[in-house]
Amino acid sequence: MEVILAFVIGGLFALAIYMLLRRSLVKLLIGLALLSHAANLLIFTAAKLTRGRPPVIGMETAALEPPFADPLPQALILTAIVISFGVMAFALALAFRAYRSVGTDDLDQMQSTDV
Amino acid sequence: MTSIRCRAQTFEAEHPEEFLMNVLLILPILIPMLTAVLALLLQKSRSTQRAVSSIGAWTLFAAAAWLVVDVWRNGIQAAQMGNWPAPYGITLVADLFSAVMVLLAGIIAAAVGMYSLVSVDAQREEFGYHSLYHFLLMGVCGAFLTGDLFNLYVWFEVMLMASFVLMALGGERGQMEGAIKYVTLNLISSALFLSALGLLYAIAGTLNMADLAYKFSDVSASQHPGLMTTLAILFMLAFGIKAAVFPLFFWLPASYHTPPVAVSALFAGLLTKVGVYALIRVFTLIFLQDVGYTHSLILVIAGLTMVSGVLGAVAQYDFRRLLSFHIISQIGYALMGLGIFTASALGGAVFFIFHVSIAKASLFLVSGVAQRLYRTCDLKRLGGLYQTQPMLAALFLVSAMSLAGIPPFSGFFAKLGLVKAGLDTGQHVIVAVALGVSLLTLFSMLKIWGEAFWKPIPDQSGTTGGLSGVRLSNWLFPIAILSAISVVLGLGAGPAFNFALQAGEQLMDPSLYIQAVLGGAP
Repeated sequence: MEVILAFVIGGLFALAIYMLLRRSLVKLLIGLALLSHAANLLIFTAAKLTRGRPPVIGMETAALEPPFADPLPQALILTAIVISFGVMAFALALAFRAYRSVGTDDLDQMQSTDV
Repeated sequence: MTSIRCRAQTFEAEHPEEFLMNVLLILPILIPMLTAVLALLLQKSRSTQRAVSSIGAWTLFAAAAWLVVDVWRNGIQAAQMGNWPAPYGITLVADLFSAVMVLLAGIIAAAVGMYSLVSVDAQREEFGYHSLYHFLLMGVCGAFLTGDLFNLYVWFEVMLMASFVLMALGGERGQMEGAIKYVTLNLISSALFLSALGLLYAIAGTLNMADLAYKFSDVSASQHPGLMTTLAILFMLAFGIKAAVFPLFFWLPASYHTPPVAVSALFAGLLTKVGVYALIRVFTLIFLQDVGYTHSLILVIAGLTMVSGVLGAVAQYDFRRLLSFHIISQIGYALMGLGIFTASALGGAVFFIFHVSIAKASLFLVSGVAQRLYRTCDLKRLGGLYQTQPMLAALFLVSAMSLAGIPPFSGFFAKLGLVKAGLDTGQHVIVAVALGVSLLTLFSMLKIWGEAFWKPIPDQSGTTGGLSGVRLSNWLFPIAILSAISVVLGLGAGPAFNFALQAGEQLMDPSLYIQAVLGGAP
């Protein structure tokens, strides 16, 4: 499972970077979204996948027995998802306003602030 | 040493000091938050909003000063939020470096806040300029005070979100283009940071900085030396983008000159410094496994950052763009202290960061006055400011000479400390680069002086209209405060440098930090 996810994450990072390098503003945004998904999945996978062992203390046992899923990475991911959701919403609005004021979605045309 | 241990132990015993300590550490986050929320609620009334914003900024300054005094007297302070013990809960830590950075945030907040009252237009104020301003400060102070890496990520995002909106607020075409670049690069940096966090958690099983430092000092990275270096570089990339170091700085000169000047000054004074702070924190506490490789790399990057920044500045003919390139160049000096990696070098870096933020914010505010008078920042169309605004010229000269490192001002002593640390450790190349870049800095400051202040008023009708009879004292007062700090830091360089050296020694000895957070025996 880890191996499959490793390839998925690598693929997502590659796709994200490919999209970020495109000239279209919308594709740039898709790239950013993919990038945050890749990072979230990376946290999820790096902290080891444990199936069917929730970190819950049962009625009979007094303490958690070792092979259990680590809840912390999932809490981290949840936080990161919420943050990236807010940021994406802002980025979409910004892209729309930029499109309206510049009149194009071609990033190569947005050079008036460079030298 | 003993006092720190005592402080850590009083934490478990219920002690009235504990409450005070907790309050002191959380105030620099709480004050901007309350101010921002209040300003948001009072959005209808512009004048109350402005009053609340000013009071909030000055209160933040007072709380930060109190924190510095407390940390100076009692050593590193730590507080566990929600009373969860250290590696599990979120820790707030203030060592001297953090406390000084919070004080810096307080000073910049107060001065730039005052300046925004006169310079930011009513429309931006109605759209929540003041609450965004304080949300930004909340993120900055949180990043300086947190003792947990994931929490640092969250504070970064709070700060970035506020800065995104401040950058775009107003919706001018230049702002939109600048904001797109700024947002994209910062989101890439956040994603890298997040990935690095995930991998670090997989190796160490903790994200508390003190706990990480403790674990890695024990095992001395015998487990995954290669992975640790990879992680170190990932963190360097993520923070390097935020700090605008050599190959990663292109977003900064493309965006920092687009928003209103008060926003530029706030960003110039604080945002890149948060990146530098994070770099220094992580590379003095956690990634010490392969100092020969990582810190030498930082030194090389520092040199390249200085040179590329100043060369960019020399080529510019726009007041604010020139200053933007200088931000990059100055980041190099701060990293030079980290790269040399001795207590005195880190002390020099702390002193330098403090000095440069103040000088840089002050210079941006000066450029705002010039823009107010001439409606342009193009140096070729400015002129005669020395004649018409002698006070402004004097204030500019103080900050500019301070930035270039001319003796009576703070910049001289900051650079002296770094250069001396470099010579002591035999790093002659970086010292030569630092001194050469100083000369170029002086050259580009003199270029501004010659073009904007010294040369006669260019006789283009229309641009000089409204030059006479403009009351500028409200604009000049915040600049005067910042310049005065620059002068005081220069004249009182002895005690100030002693303070910075103490901060450097604390940074060089991670065991102090670990003890303050985890207690005597973790």
